[in-house]
Amino acid sequence: MPHDHHDDNPHSLLPSEPALRVKALETILTEKGLVDPAALDAIIDLYSHEIGPQIGAGIVAKAWTDDAFRAALLSDADQAISALGHGGRQGEHVVVVENTPETHNLVVCTLCSCYPWPLLGIPPGWYKSDPYRARAVREPRAVLAEFGLTLGAGAKVRVWDSTAEIRYLVLPMRPEGTGGMDEAALAGLVTRDSMIGTGLPAVAGAAT
Amino acid sequence: MTRIHDMGGRFGDGPVPREADESKVFSTDWHARALALTVAAGALGKWNIDASRHGRERLPPADYAQYSYYEKWIAGLAKMLVEHGIASPAEIAAGRSLADAPDELTARCLAGDRAVPVMKSGGPSARDSDAAASFAIGARVRVRPIAENETVDGGHTRLPAYVAGRTGTVVLHHGAHVFPDSNAHFHGEAPQHLYTVAFAAGDLWQHAESPDDEMRLDLWESYLVPA
Repeated sequence: MPHDHHDDNPHSLLPSEPALRVKALETILTEKGLVDPAALDAIIDLYSHEIGPQIGAGIVAKAWTDDAFRAALLSDADQAISALGHGGRQGEHVVVVENTPETHNLVVCTLCSCYPWPLLGIPPGWYKSDPYRARAVREPRAVLAEFGLTLGAGAKVRVWDSTAEIRYLVLPMRPEGTGGMDEAALAGLVTRDSMIGTGLPAVAGAAT
Repeated sequence: MTRIHDMGGRFGDGPVPREADESKVFSTDWHARALALTVAAGALGKWNIDASRHGRERLPPADYAQYSYYEKWIAGLAKMLVEHGIASPAEIAAGRSLADAPDELTARCLAGDRAVPVMKSGGPSARDSDAAASFAIGARVRVRPIAENETVDGGHTRLPAYVAGRTGTVVLHHGAHVFPDSNAHFHGEAPQHLYTVAFAAGDLWQHAESPDDEMRLDLWESYLVPA
């Protein structure tokens, strides 16, 4: 029994200004003792300052420098990531997919906005946008070109549409000319977009 | 027929929008508040993630299309609060509480010092199952021809229309996972085996950019039949 009656849309009762809509719901729930504003502050602080793409970047850099870890990450990411102390909401089941000269991986969620929060944080606006959700599966190469990424001849695009609770992280290829860099320096080259598949790691030496 | 959220492969969208400063996690304060409020309200345990997604998907298509991302979240949350008796329409309209919540619900309020541990522990969807998996890695499978919930008219499903009726190859088996088509309607978790199925672009799109490109989706066993 779907709830599709037009008088069944409580959001139409809310103020027109979005910030005031949020405020109204927060006020109702706080007054009822159902939401602790301190919990909201803690969640916002967690994803603003502690959990973000630097976590994924550290994992990628470790995979680039530690072959045993790389193999473990590709065969059982949950165990490898949990051993580093990471994991949690929206990252309970992770699969890491490896870019090669033959295959470029790209992650999308066409149905909503599924994204590996514990590894990359909250998804950027474009990832949640209609154009990205609609186009990434039909014309991934056109989307990649918009991000400045043109694949070499013979490379196949593999798009992962996150339709279940499995979250995908792209393991980009280690850039040329980085043989002398340690794990921390390499992590600085790993961009968020390179772990979604819409970008590549920064060029060594160009990073500041 | 699926709902407006099922937009994979849709024609007509323009360039992917970029923000001037993509290093900002939340481009405005109310985005952060909307996300945190949705998470905290979910912790009350009156609904699950599948029901919550379905709440957003059931917004009127005109609103869904027009709303920004977090506006959908706010509207979905308002719907869940009313449907589950947590807030009345009068309270939503007034923007304040007009009646006390029952003690058993206030007892579930996510306390400030519990928020981070809860986020860091998460809630796995994998479940033990005695059922044998029907498909092996490498099996050719065909997706059901109608991308709709099989038991609830207009119900939640994670089967995108763009693969309905198409044939692909099983490439990963994830064990059994909570079945959203059931769980979203509080009909039980009804876990089913979950597979990643690979489709050739040339089997999905009339004018594929490159027919050998691949689209891979996670699909539950009841979405699939042997090809």
